[in-house]
Amino acid sequence: MSTVPPTLLGDIDTWISEAFPDVATDADRGARSSLLRVGVDLVAVSDVIESVERFGDRYMHRMFTPHEVGCCRSNSNSADPSIPEYSFESMAARFAAKEATLKVLRPVGPRPKWCDIEVHRTDNGWCDIRLTGRAATMAAEAGIEEWAVSLTHHASMAAAVVIGICRPAVPLRAGGGQCGQLGNRHEGEL
Amino acid sequence: MDETIRSVLAEHGRLAVDANSIDETTDLFDVGMTSHASVNVMLALEDAFDIEFPESMLKKSTFESIAAIRAGLLQVTAG
Repeated sequence: MSTVPPTLLGDIDTWISEAFPDVATDADRGARSSLLRVGVDLVAVSDVIESVERFGDRYMHRMFTPHEVGCCRSNSNSADPSIPEYSFESMAARFAAKEATLKVLRPVGPRPKWCDIEVHRTDNGWCDIRLTGRAATMAAEAGIEEWAVSLTHHASMAAAVVIGICRPAVPLRAGGGQCGQLGNRHEGEL
Repeated sequence: MDETIRSVLAEHGRLAVDANSIDETTDLFDVGMTSHASVNVMLALEDAFDIEFPESMLKKSTFESIAAIRAGLLQVTAG
């Protein structure tokens, strides 16, 4: 069975201690390890192409929000700009992000609608995760207050990694900051 | 109904085994069905039976086996 190298574990532990200075230290390793949740997923672009060809708008609108559809739209190769063309690689990456987000949310009952999880592209081109409906409720129940996502695609495959940052499960020290300050701490670093 | 379910699984389930030969309780995710393939299975079942799965049934367990899919379809068509 493979294990994480001790040096890497040490680095992570140091990073968490610095990022969460208000969380009690050594006695709370278990609590600190639950501060981060990660999900990853891999999707074949050809699967998305087949789904669009087979199910068309039903697939598109069931899986993606209007914002996401707009982000995946490209008319660059169309002789007729009124006929939308789509980047299936971008769609596949967004589906992977939704599935990766589900792995972070860890549903045990009914799953959120796919459109409850949106990969939102910011003005500067980076993406973040925005939740509505049941997905937002599940995130709140799990104490997940910050999200990070990274998308990639190459040739026939697309992938996404999603990280959810939970509020500390241990009491904060008097005068300590709130979890929401974490976002400010790392703002602009991406 | 089972014949249609197996037909949909054979076409859209991306199973590593023959959909016509698996047991009705076989976990479809254990025999190769991906999450994305399960979406196609759901949409194809909606086409085949002229239904729409409600949000409450959009969970992994609804599509985890032929028996589970049959139960879900009966629940939708009964409603």
